[in-house]
Amino acid sequence: MTAPEASAPALALRDVEIVYRVRGHDREVVRGISLTVEQASSYGLVGESGCGKSTVALAVVRYLPRNGRVTAGTVEVAGRNALALRGESLRRYRRDVVSMVYQNPGSALNPSLRVGRQLNEVFELRGAKRGEARERSLAALREVNIGDPDSVLRRYPHQLSGGMQQRVIIAMSLATDPSLLILDEPTTGLDATVEAEVLDLIAELQERHRTAVLFISHNLGVIRKMCSRIGVLYAGELVEEGPTEQLLGDPRHPYTVGLLRCIPRGGLDKDHGRLDTIPGFLPPIGVPLPACVFVARCGLAQEICSDQKPPDYVVGPDHHSRCHFHEHAQELPRHADPTPARNGEAVDRERTPLLRVDDLSKTFHQEGREIKALAGVSALLWEGETLGLVGESGSGKTTFARTLLGIVEPTSGTVQIDGREMPARLLNRSSADVAALQIVFQNPDSALNRRHTVRRMLKRTLTKLASISGRAADDRADELVGQVRLPERVLSARPTALSGGQKQRVSIARAFAGEPRLVVCDEPTSALDVSVQAAILNLLVDLQATKRTSYVFISHDLGVVRYLSDRIAVLYLGRLMELGPAETVFSGPHHPYTEALLSAVPTIEGEQRVRIDLEGEIPSAASPPSGCVFHTRCPRFLGEICVAEEPPLAEVEPGHLMRCHIPIEELRRLQTTAPGEPALTP
Amino acid sequence: MSSLSGNVPELPVIVEGRVPAAQLDSPSRVRRDTLRQILRSPTFVIGALVTLFWVACALFGESIAPHDPIDESFEASYVSPSWDFPFGLDRNGRDIVSRVIVGSRSVLEVAPAASILGVVLGSLLGLVMGYFGGWVDNVIGRVIDAILAIPLIVLAILVLTALSASSEGISISPLKLIMVVGLAFTPIVARTVRSAVLVERDLDYVQAAKLRGERAPYIMLAEILPNVMGPIIVELTVRLGYAVFAVATLAFLGYGPQPPTPDWGLEIAEQYADVSLAWWAVVFPALAIASLVVAINLIADTVQQVLDQ
Amino acid sequence: MLRYIANRVALGLVSLLLLSMMIYAAAQVLPGNPGRLVLGREATAGAVEEFNRSLGVDRPLPVRYADWLSDAVRGDFGSNYTDGRPVTDDLIPALQKSLFLALFAFVICIPFSILAGVFAAMRRGRAEDRAITVTGLSLAVIPEFVLGAVLVTVFGPAFLGWFPGIAGTLFEASFLTKLDSLFLPALALALVLFGYIARMARAGTIEALDADYTRTATLKGLGRRQVLGRHVLRNALLPTIAVIATNMGYLFGGIVAIERLFGYPGVGFLTLQSATIKNFPMLQACVLIIGIVYFAATLAGDLLISALNPRIRLTRQG
Repeated sequence: MTAPEASAPALALRDVEIVYRVRGHDREVVRGISLTVEQASSYGLVGESGCGKSTVALAVVRYLPRNGRVTAGTVEVAGRNALALRGESLRRYRRDVVSMVYQNPGSALNPSLRVGRQLNEVFELRGAKRGEARERSLAALREVNIGDPDSVLRRYPHQLSGGMQQRVIIAMSLATDPSLLILDEPTTGLDATVEAEVLDLIAELQERHRTAVLFISHNLGVIRKMCSRIGVLYAGELVEEGPTEQLLGDPRHPYTVGLLRCIPRGGLDKDHGRLDTIPGFLPPIGVPLPACVFVARCGLAQEICSDQKPPDYVVGPDHHSRCHFHEHAQELPRHADPTPARNGEAVDRERTPLLRVDDLSKTFHQEGREIKALAGVSALLWEGETLGLVGESGSGKTTFARTLLGIVEPTSGTVQIDGREMPARLLNRSSADVAALQIVFQNPDSALNRRHTVRRMLKRTLTKLASISGRAADDRADELVGQVRLPERVLSARPTALSGGQKQRVSIARAFAGEPRLVVCDEPTSALDVSVQAAILNLLVDLQATKRTSYVFISHDLGVVRYLSDRIAVLYLGRLMELGPAETVFSGPHHPYTEALLSAVPTIEGEQRVRIDLEGEIPSAASPPSGCVFHTRCPRFLGEICVAEEPPLAEVEPGHLMRCHIPIEELRRLQTTAPGEPALTP
Repeated sequence: MSSLSGNVPELPVIVEGRVPAAQLDSPSRVRRDTLRQILRSPTFVIGALVTLFWVACALFGESIAPHDPIDESFEASYVSPSWDFPFGLDRNGRDIVSRVIVGSRSVLEVAPAASILGVVLGSLLGLVMGYFGGWVDNVIGRVIDAILAIPLIVLAILVLTALSASSEGISISPLKLIMVVGLAFTPIVARTVRSAVLVERDLDYVQAAKLRGERAPYIMLAEILPNVMGPIIVELTVRLGYAVFAVATLAFLGYGPQPPTPDWGLEIAEQYADVSLAWWAVVFPALAIASLVVAINLIADTVQQVLDQ
Repeated sequence: MLRYIANRVALGLVSLLLLSMMIYAAAQVLPGNPGRLVLGREATAGAVEEFNRSLGVDRPLPVRYADWLSDAVRGDFGSNYTDGRPVTDDLIPALQKSLFLALFAFVICIPFSILAGVFAAMRRGRAEDRAITVTGLSLAVIPEFVLGAVLVTVFGPAFLGWFPGIAGTLFEASFLTKLDSLFLPALALALVLFGYIARMARAGTIEALDADYTRTATLKGLGRRQVLGRHVLRNALLPTIAVIATNMGYLFGGIVAIERLFGYPGVGFLTLQSATIKNFPMLQACVLIIGIVYFAATLAGDLLISALNPRIRLTRQG
């Protein structure tokens, strides 16, 4: 084995091809990727599901599943040929040269061993004795900003929070000063504020240890924040690659262009613009593709694209694109009509509100403790309006949705639809009531009965909610399916034969079958790819425009919430912290929590807000802080009053409610001049 | 193309997202592949052949058997295997080949019926327990725990003895056996089905059904049941194997057909005392039991493996 | 964790209570008339009534049950219908014998089963795995008495003559002689157990091998043996312990047939015998004892698992 050269790049892939063997056939997953990650630099690999990004990572650490293998190309890590390593040299390679951090930190740690034992192991492998290993473990934990490393070492993984677990894993990975650190969706699933801290930590550590980073994600905002170079993967090929800012500002491949147009950016909202979509399907793994892998979906495609494989055209300094028409990439014709659906039709607030929630509260009893999932939430929503619901874990947004629907009975408070009070329990609600409030679930796989055909599901819903059956129901089912823009043949299919996007459309069709007045959308696009998400969001907007349905839209993706919502509610620990028009909530003046939340979310445009660090973790719902529940972490903490008294939900501006002791004028002043500073004593 | 109401411009039908592998291999193709996999698996083939053989014996025993199984006219007793009598003669001078062939009947009369009874009742119980949860689940669960504390054989002995106590001796009709074994299977099937139901109950489509006003019976039978058919079928095949096991053991212990009816378990019980003199009288019935039981379980195992994918 | 233990014990007792009720109902209600049973068809009605009164079976059922239960808790299971001797006279020695046999079977079985299961998991999908899986599966379903009969035929006096064919009554025999004569019955039981335990060990190991934490351990640079020993096994074997515990109870089903086959006077044999002569107090007591053994074993298993599984032992702290 040759000694690694001093200036060798941290990772060099050359024409790598990887296949999986499924049911006796080889399916191509990675179709020839070449990329270089220089020492101490950060490279972001971006793509949708099935593009092969995780497979590449597994190949680099030599942990492909049993039915996967590298059929061509070379993988060189810090000068070593990673594919040729065996036995002892492979072990040393994994120990010293490369480290990997995954999604789901909880399952990456052995549940039966104490954290200390697992962390010490890393040092013991390099010859440290028990005591020394422990010292180094403590130091490693301090480096990842864990305040009480001793107690963490003594605990088991299930006793730590998600963010804490991920920090431990990061500590384990960087402990050996690897040449290359691979991160595969490391913050997906973590709350926004926790994610921001973990990302900051990674950036800081990367600088300090001079480690090269390969960052894999589907989230362009995160990649932009963390990486200096980006590679865009599609169907196992690297279609565009270049410096981050350049690529995002001046994309030169139709796929990249299309992808960027799918994402709600720069404060776009539904009344002023429509998201674009990419036609066609993401190709399944292993299907033979024409010369240019993107040709089936490309608006610029010509005959040459199917015959001649595009080489890596140089389109800028260190910027490549695999498109024959890279110069015209940004002229890619829009696939979706840009005309906004509503054309600025205002919501009529003179009428009775469609939804009226008064002082809704829900307390759960678990093992003798009281958990206040919701405390005194009130809201108004008019016809044809979307209320965006934002909050991290424990905020109560799921409980709120469930209470609205009657799945969960509130401890106190009322829900009114069109002035009519809704019985608290679903069983007591009339058919008409039930039809008026429907839901689109997050997970399209579990939302549809795998054994029923689409036709059966729709007809049954029509029978129960709209009292239509027989021939009339068949006709109406056809209509519904068309309204969600699915072909008729979908009706005879079962969910297993449909894609994620198709399934979600069926869910939407089902929700609309009974002509609902309000549809709760519970993270409806979180489980979908970006390009699919745009189409679903457009569909929801269109349906709202034609049917004047209102939405309660729950999402952790603030860009999507901003795009879709007319008004936004921010929840923290079951309390409503702020409720107001979308624009105001986003641009300010807004609640200190909202301010921090917004600053934590990485956007494609880059850093536009000053980062506000929230100290500590989200408190447990079983023992919320006294007074204002946010006071323990509030960067604008006033003083005694915040600890003693819970601020009332007050209308600080017309249509804008806030729960904060700081007067709105003061907030306005503070947030425009000195973000992140505590307020002056009142 | 269907119309969109209102003034929203008409857009072409979009189908997007990734084509699932299932569409690449359409549902009928997957089914065909699965069936082919089952039929090609050596374990399945062996299991199926052996089982079919014994079923044929049970149905047409007398026609296949070379001699009358209860014919004691061969005079000699304990004759070792020979060309005339490949399995030899037993203590009463009866041909063992014939007894083994016809003996399959007493087992196969009872086992399938008992399994079906147990699976049907157990599935219903499991559905109720899994869906309702709460005190229904708890109470029935405790009763099931209690019953499952006793091995099936012991339970069967207790109940069968109690049921036939009034008469002299033990006369157990096939119907009684079916009832007792079938009911004894119910708790364990209920538990398995309950676990599967618990998984389904938390899925969103059940919630969606509630949100259109469906009542419990509909949800259990029309929504959840189709999704737990896989485990139920596996249970059925496994229970079938156990039923054979149980019936043979009970016959051995005396809770089955009475002499001179040919029966594998009974044969072993009768001839065992002289096993050192005449091993063939014990070994062949034993091998018959083993072969049937193993064959059924090979089928069960293959079915389970395939349905797991 | 204390709450967890208390919970399991309470649940076990409730089930045990239910079980005792069901057994009592089955044994006392179904057969009908004990006097008639014991004295036979020829006895006069008066004699039967006299007999029944002496047994106390003319009292209402709940009262009889309560009496029986309160006696049983104190160790008195009543007297035989046939000869009036206390049930415990025969029950206790029989229980000891059966437990000895059961333990012997477990000792033979457990090490091999676990090794085989783990080995099969590590060679997943290959020939060795299929062989072990199919063997285990087949052995698990063959009735114990069939295995016993075949074993005796091959290894007993008829052919090889390595072991005796009868276990018999060995009151004062030496430990080694006991082991020698019990070897075949224990082996028959062990072979059936092998199927269950090896299968669970295999499944548990596969799950652990596929887990994310195994990936983490391997990618740290640990050698295969270290990954297995330190990370995989302790998680793999937890479900196996549960299976071992429940099978302790199920063993007693097979023990009935095995004890009958080998003539070993344990609880299984006693159960059968009392059933044959319609001695219901003994039959009740035997079945109840078997149930108690099952509950005790599963409780022990539960406790062991919760001691080993930190997620149960410790709750999430802040």
